[in-house]
Amino acid sequence: MRRIITATVLNQSGVLNRLTGLLTKRQFNIESITVGHSDDPGISKITIVVQVEDDRKLEQLLKQLHKQIDVLKVKDLTDMALVARELALIKVLTTPDTRSEIKVIIEPFRASIIDVSLENVTIEVTGDNDKVEALIELLRPYGIKEISRTGLTAMPRGTQRTVYNLNQFSII
Amino acid sequence: MKASWVADEEKSKVQMMSGADMLMEALEKEGVEVLFGYPGGAVLPIYDALYKKKIRHILTRHEQGAIHAAQGFARVTGKAGVVIATSGPGATNLVTGIADAMIDSLPLVIFTGQVATTVIGTDAFQEADIVGVTMPITKHNYQVRRVEDLPGIIQEAFHIAQSGRPGPVLVDIPKDISTALGAYAAPKDVSLPGYQPTVMPNLLQVKRLADAIATAKKPVILAGAGVLFAGAEKEILSLAEQHRIPVANTLLGLGSFPSDHPLFLGMAGMHGTYAANIALYECDLLIGIGARFDDRLTGDLNHFAQKAAVAHIDIDPAEIGKNVETLIPIVGCAKHTVSALLRESTSSGDTAEWVYHLSELKSSYPLWYKKDDKTLKPQRLLEIIHEETKGEAIVTTDVGQHQMWTAQYYGFSKPNRWVTSGGLGTMGFGFPAAIGAKIGNPGLPVVAVTGDGGFQMTLQELSVLQELKLPVIIVIVNNQSLGMVRQWQEIFYEERYSQSLIPVQPDFVKLAAAYGIDGAVAGTEEEARQEFARALASNSPFLLDCRVTSDENVYPMIAPGKGIHQMIGVKP
Repeated sequence: MRRIITATVLNQSGVLNRLTGLLTKRQFNIESITVGHSDDPGISKITIVVQVEDDRKLEQLLKQLHKQIDVLKVKDLTDMALVARELALIKVLTTPDTRSEIKVIIEPFRASIIDVSLENVTIEVTGDNDKVEALIELLRPYGIKEISRTGLTAMPRGTQRTVYNLNQFSII
Repeated sequence: MKASWVADEEKSKVQMMSGADMLMEALEKEGVEVLFGYPGGAVLPIYDALYKKKIRHILTRHEQGAIHAAQGFARVTGKAGVVIATSGPGATNLVTGIADAMIDSLPLVIFTGQVATTVIGTDAFQEADIVGVTMPITKHNYQVRRVEDLPGIIQEAFHIAQSGRPGPVLVDIPKDISTALGAYAAPKDVSLPGYQPTVMPNLLQVKRLADAIATAKKPVILAGAGVLFAGAEKEILSLAEQHRIPVANTLLGLGSFPSDHPLFLGMAGMHGTYAANIALYECDLLIGIGARFDDRLTGDLNHFAQKAAVAHIDIDPAEIGKNVETLIPIVGCAKHTVSALLRESTSSGDTAEWVYHLSELKSSYPLWYKKDDKTLKPQRLLEIIHEETKGEAIVTTDVGQHQMWTAQYYGFSKPNRWVTSGGLGTMGFGFPAAIGAKIGNPGLPVVAVTGDGGFQMTLQELSVLQELKLPVIIVIVNNQSLGMVRQWQEIFYEERYSQSLIPVQPDFVKLAAAYGIDGAVAGTEEEARQEFARALASNSPFLLDCRVTSDENVYPMIAPGKGIHQMIGVKP
């Protein structure tokens, strides 16, 4: 199963290495990982999207992350009401004919063209994975030259719905 | 009484100090009395600062020897073993010992030299990214980037190594940081927001366990090394006696419960006793205390404690539920948790039938071996060592047959006398660990039980025995083979002894003589007893080369992949 996990970490050198090394050592597959400062420059927030076999493996992953000295907080957001976004830059081949067509396609995605040259345009889109995937599929027929995706970053929504099937972990 | 601002003013007086001197200052502050190490280019400033200090330094003849000695020291004293090695090869030579300490939870603080910050990353002479290399095998590690950070980092390193679940912490110090002058400020208390080990147990969970004990008919305690780290032997004994609960030990937990106690079942696991393993198989309540349910203990998990409610007491939450599904998880230090449990649990279940059943198994299926009059049986050798030392000695081993025979036949009854490489299974561990153990606890006899294979991996440390005249007795359980490999090849590979027989050997006694160390060969029980007694009485280093039955196997045994109840080689 796919889980979205955030870790609040001390911004020490090597901390990303520590976490990715840990995931490799314990045989977890990272789908994406994003890192950035929080409002405190000494503290960073890492969002990891990871494939996990079962609840027991997940519990182990959360505990192992938490065990790291530089990790302050670990949260599994998957079952929460959350906002999750990634940004993708998509370079699409264009001809004078297709350029306006592409403009129409991207509009409902609230994506924008941020670079134009004679042969191609670069489109910036922000959204959850599905939205980005959908846009990429629509643009594919025109010829995609290059894609650059940031991976998912996420946080829980301000208001949480009542949770009925909370996973019962022994201890977090 | 001075006003507080006076103290503050004194503190604010800037004292300039080199990084190496700050290190010495910090070591003294931590009460470090002995260092194990080996000098080299990148640690020259540190060794120069050490030259002026009174801290004892043991110069081993290989960095691996230094770190295993520090492990032995840490295991018997409970204090962090401190190691210094130079950059590059000096640091990488420590890797086996660091991994060993990590998996067996031994507190170590390791200082490695590093090339100067100006050339880090240029593949400079003797540069190795030891922080990167040791990231997965240390509890935490640091590279010092500013000389002013040193005192704080060292204080944190000792705190992390010795608290919670102990483990190795490495501090990498670039050469220019050791020489740089910086303003020294004594560090304040450690503040690590991301590291707050839970020591006191959750009382609700303790109550749940107390309730489970009150109704259990077939409870068993599995006591591991966490009991020894916490010093909870008395509490475990009270718990077992109060509720009449039989106790099994893990390999590393030996010594946490008296081996001659009627409730003691012996060691559990691959070469454990039949009674201990059947207890774990049949129990209805398994109380794991400071044990991590390693695969060598559990065998096939589908057959492990399947009828039991599992309660797990461990200071490391990540161990709970890792291998075995746990009904009653309790995060906390073994001592505090079992004390709380003793207060909470007033009523016991009716365990009489269970205790009787297990004691029957214990007497019907004891550890056994076929005696013969011709050869020296390795099991008998260990019994002799027990008899001669009255079970009081500190005993160290490597990994393999001699290790299992020691665990089975030495009969540990007191804590912190058993030093072995459990999780990592490191050959060459026992002898240098014995050096560290003797330095840590000079009052007790120290016996390094090793194999003829393992001894040859770290025998250069004979120099240390010679130099310090350390009365360590080396007992080589010499079967002219890599015994455990040979045993597996015999049982699982149709006797194809691929590269496991080593009939060509040095004359170990002459080898010892080259280091000025007395030694003897023993080929019979009588010789073994006589020579061992002589060694013990001499109170000086001694090497005893014991020519044991060469095709002896360790039994009973759970074959890999089998359940804990499917033992082979149980006494018929």
